[in-house]
Amino acid sequence: MNKGLILRKVCILRAGIPLIEVDYAIAAGEILTVMGPSGVGKSTLLAYLTGTLATTFTGMGQVLLDGLDITKYPPHARRIGILFQDDLLFPHMSVGTNLAFGMPPGGSKASRLAQIEEALSDVGMAGFADRDPGTLSGGQKARVALVRMLLSNPRALLLDEAFSRLDAELRAQVRDLVFQTAKKRALPVLMVTHDIEDAQDAGGTIIKLKSLSKG
Amino acid sequence: MLRFLPALTLLAMLGPVVAGLWGTALPALGHLPAAGLTGPSLDPFWDLFNWAGLGTAVRLSVMVGLVATSVSLTIVVFITAGWSGTRSFHILERMLSPLLSVPHAAAAFGLAFLIAPSGWISRLLSPAFTGWDRPPDLLIVQDPLGLAMIAGLVIKEVPFLLLMTIAAMGQAQPRRSLLVAQSLGYGRLTGWLKTVFPRVYTQIRLPVYVVIAYSMSIVDVAVILGPSTPPTLSVQIVKWMSDPDLSMRLTGAAAALLQLALVIGALGFWWCGERIVARLGHQWIISGRRGQFDPSIRIFALGLGSISGAAILFGLAGLAVWSFAAFWSFPNILPDGFTLRTWARHGPDAFATLGETFLVAGIAVLLALALVLGCLEAEHRSGRGLTLRGLWLLYLPLLVPQTAFLPGLQTLLLNLGADVGRLPVIFAHLVFVLPYVFLSLGDPWRSWDSRYATVASALGARPWIVFWQVRVPMLLRPILTATAVGIAVSVGQYLATLLIGGGRVSTLTTEAVALASGGDRRAIGVYGLMQTLAALVPFTLALIIPTVLWRNRRGLHE
Repeated sequence: MNKGLILRKVCILRAGIPLIEVDYAIAAGEILTVMGPSGVGKSTLLAYLTGTLATTFTGMGQVLLDGLDITKYPPHARRIGILFQDDLLFPHMSVGTNLAFGMPPGGSKASRLAQIEEALSDVGMAGFADRDPGTLSGGQKARVALVRMLLSNPRALLLDEAFSRLDAELRAQVRDLVFQTAKKRALPVLMVTHDIEDAQDAGGTIIKLKSLSKG
Repeated sequence: MLRFLPALTLLAMLGPVVAGLWGTALPALGHLPAAGLTGPSLDPFWDLFNWAGLGTAVRLSVMVGLVATSVSLTIVVFITAGWSGTRSFHILERMLSPLLSVPHAAAAFGLAFLIAPSGWISRLLSPAFTGWDRPPDLLIVQDPLGLAMIAGLVIKEVPFLLLMTIAAMGQAQPRRSLLVAQSLGYGRLTGWLKTVFPRVYTQIRLPVYVVIAYSMSIVDVAVILGPSTPPTLSVQIVKWMSDPDLSMRLTGAAAALLQLALVIGALGFWWCGERIVARLGHQWIISGRRGQFDPSIRIFALGLGSISGAAILFGLAGLAVWSFAAFWSFPNILPDGFTLRTWARHGPDAFATLGETFLVAGIAVLLALALVLGCLEAEHRSGRGLTLRGLWLLYLPLLVPQTAFLPGLQTLLLNLGADVGRLPVIFAHLVFVLPYVFLSLGDPWRSWDSRYATVASALGARPWIVFWQVRVPMLLRPILTATAVGIAVSVGQYLATLLIGGGRVSTLTTEAVALASGGDRRAIGVYGLMQTLAALVPFTLALIIPTVLWRNRRGLHE
């Protein structure tokens, strides 16, 4: 079986005009960095992978995840986790409920709560389950968002400028945490960024997108 | 299922309008099988044109509509131009927003209690300034020119247009344009008018059209504040439609078609006026004048806006005082004593009517919410937004005069032998509740960050889970506000309840307006106050519930 995330001749078009093209196989534990100026369509590529491409775009090509062609799958069945530059923690849920929302169903309430507590203490946030996400610091929110995504057992990870809102020191810290976790779990990672440090730290292949269509 | 909701919504909103117009057109051409008449004939129109009061009634409708709209719009535009972004503006906005939900009839009664010869203003000035020791014999309320009616409409339309303008400004980025204009030496008011107003007006144009159509055809305010011999065309239509002689319905239907034509004509007239104002405005911009009268116009506009708001507030206070008043002789400012007698006599009936009012409003608003949320969710999933044509369709039930299609709808139900009663009333209310719920919820719904949906589905949540567990709770505040708007609209409905209910459904509004001719101020006070509370309490709850429910969720209070 082909472990990893394969983008086979993926091409995104707007009004019939090609915007971006990517053809690459991301192996398990590998980090592919996609760079390019803003407006080039990096986030659009990620929207195609999560199955949430806006109707103004057309996506072509196949997406294979662990050997499975998920191109036509609905977003909730793809098992691709995503982190945005904003934490996007659901503001009406507690930290713990945010995590429980993402966990696959099953298991007793006690075991689920124990799992949540363990995952939180793994990132140095033991005892935070009942907190209001609105009261957390930027770094804490970023860690909860990461934990929430990991607890949903994704098979691949997408990063959409995920670290750009954090200040320099925190940024390196959170980035290392994400990268190490991804390696440990052997997840294929696709990172979209415009920050060269992010790219160097990832240590993987870098694709530099340039605008295929001028204007 | 979700795919069919937009079509179903259109049907619920426009079906009764189209059917009603059809039901108006048939008897207007002499076809009314229920009265043993078959057309076609032009007799109804001859009868209409032979009615001696027609000229005055038509002039009243057109004048009241156009003058009330122009005055309200002018006040709103000058207040916004002179004050937006200031503290005073914020205070005025805070004061006027709750007034939006006050039913027209209650505001009209309140105003009548203020300006009548025996009203508060006359009492305040008497006898010191006027020399009156008993109420003068002046026709202030129900004056033949319709001035009191115009005032009654203006105090209600100013809050409506002001909130619409504020909503429209969100997209126009007024602060930056104003800053540029001011740095070029323009006064605040002139700068705003020249740089921001043209963009804002295109956004509030449809609401302005609604105000024109509404003011021209409103019945309850006209019954309370308008002249009576002859009344406005709309009031006369209702009289004809409720005449025991069925053949009078033919004349009424012909008049309803005339009312429709008048509204279309007035909208066309306004449209031409827009072009003239645009041309003059263009020349004014080119002239480069910086606005030397700005300071005085600013003060004047704020004064008018405050008077308009104060008129409603003191009017409501007047309703309250009358409902508790014992003997109250002229020119005393306050009654000789306060008593619960009026409440003891009318309270039980009023509370029973409140139940019926909320039942009708509750079902209509629940239906509206289901349809609107379904439409918005379908819009979100298909990625296709509301087009300009869709927006016009949404406004259509508010632009067609009520007196043009509701009588027809009633006649149609009569011809079909369908029973009048609560259910048809609920569906008639839905016609007006739907557009307002949609307009109120649409913008906050669409401006929700859809990346929350992406994250939730990436975590494995199905679309309906995302809807119920993420989107609805996060948008609880606008959903409750839209609910309150819908309830206020339903509570305020007069004609739809009166005609479609066939006299068998009475709400606080129909009861209150029915009291107008009797002149029992204490009873009017009770019903007017109850009507206001029925509209205001849901708004208060819409503010309180999310605050209590999300008291530990800081992210939802920003």
